[in-house]
Amino acid sequence: MNTLRELARKLLHDGTVQVVIGYEEGSRGPRPAFVTDPAGAERLIFDARCVQNLAAYLNPRREHLRRLGKPAVVVKGCDARAVAGLIRESQLRREDLVVIAVRCGGVVRDPRLAGELTAETVSDRCSGCEVREPRLYDHLLGELPPAPPATHRREEKLAQLDRMSADERRAFWDGELARCIRCHACRAVCPMCFCVECMADKSQPQWIDSSPTLRGNRAWQTMRVLHQAGRCVDCLECERACPAGIPLGLLGRHVARSVERRFAYRVSDDPAVPAPMGSYRTEDGEEFIQ
Amino acid sequence: MSQPSPQGTPQEKADFEPTIVSFVCNWCTYTGADLAGTSRLQMAPNVRVIRLNCSSRVNPLFIMKAFERGADGVMVSGCHTGDCHYSTGNYYARRRFAIFRDLADFMGLDTNRMTFSWVSASEGHKWQQVVNETSARVKALGPLRPTVEPSQEDGP
Repeated sequence: MNTLRELARKLLHDGTVQVVIGYEEGSRGPRPAFVTDPAGAERLIFDARCVQNLAAYLNPRREHLRRLGKPAVVVKGCDARAVAGLIRESQLRREDLVVIAVRCGGVVRDPRLAGELTAETVSDRCSGCEVREPRLYDHLLGELPPAPPATHRREEKLAQLDRMSADERRAFWDGELARCIRCHACRAVCPMCFCVECMADKSQPQWIDSSPTLRGNRAWQTMRVLHQAGRCVDCLECERACPAGIPLGLLGRHVARSVERRFAYRVSDDPAVPAPMGSYRTEDGEEFIQ
Repeated sequence: MSQPSPQGTPQEKADFEPTIVSFVCNWCTYTGADLAGTSRLQMAPNVRVIRLNCSSRVNPLFIMKAFERGADGVMVSGCHTGDCHYSTGNYYARRRFAIFRDLADFMGLDTNRMTFSWVSASEGHKWQQVVNETSARVKALGPLRPTVEPSQEDGP
């Protein structure tokens, strides 16, 4: 933690960056911190409660943050994939930011939890993590902690849904999506939702009901997650931000699974790997096409 | 909203005529469908054709919207791969449809209500066959239960 503070202080002091985006202690666990003054670097922390994906603040939609100047951002390995994704899709230039990556031993589901990692408290995304040692960085900090406890909650739920009939799955999602209030927190928190004008905000034509009808909710989540195909870094911020507790991570995971199976693509922390939906191979499978 | 789709009486099922919306590309399938018409091939009258420039013009939103607005089935058809008028459009479309189809299935929309096909300008007979097959399949499935009750439906 001291190396993190020292590094932030140095970067701000010598003018390499104008703002360090990291974590600080808040009243309900760690929260994002925007440090613009070298003295403020004392506020920065990092531990297993630092759940938020701060790459969201690099998203070009956040104009007010761009005005602060060049950022340094504290990322975990999984968040680094979002940074890579933004660079891959020309939303960000690598030279316009400093990446401070931290080696990570997993995080809890909710920043309000105590930082102890058990099979119960660990985030679904940490199980089987392949990027605990980040690969996209300017500065790499910390020692590699032990691997997080394994959890199979999500795989079990996915397998359960896979066994259902289409009608049963529809009933399941109707039940979940009926609670959606269309606050669009899932969109606001997502590092990879970067459209200047969202299709859900268009009114001529209005593609998606803007009021929280089941029909509109279903169209919204279907299209949102579809637009994240090959982009979603599985940070589960949408699920965490959802005030209605809809298991949005299942949708993202399902699409990622489908992209991997069909196009042998796993969301990568290398910005040079082409985006799967923006590229093709002539031999792509078409078993479903007559 | 959680009850299974109504099956209807056998008589209602036999009388059911599905509405099927098809999105076709201008250069191959539309011309192929035109050929089927001028060749006076008999086919199911349930399919409404919407002509677009390319199969990659078909945003999955179109398919969602068609189902929302009362289509019982949706078809998407374009040029065979390698024959796209815009060289590569259908390669991108193929990836998009593959993922959309998987997601629709995961969210409980029966994929038997969707047909994706490549029909070239000379394949009038193939168009006839795809239309007849889709129509028969959707007819057997019965009407698609709408996601909202009619009272919640907004204006036309």
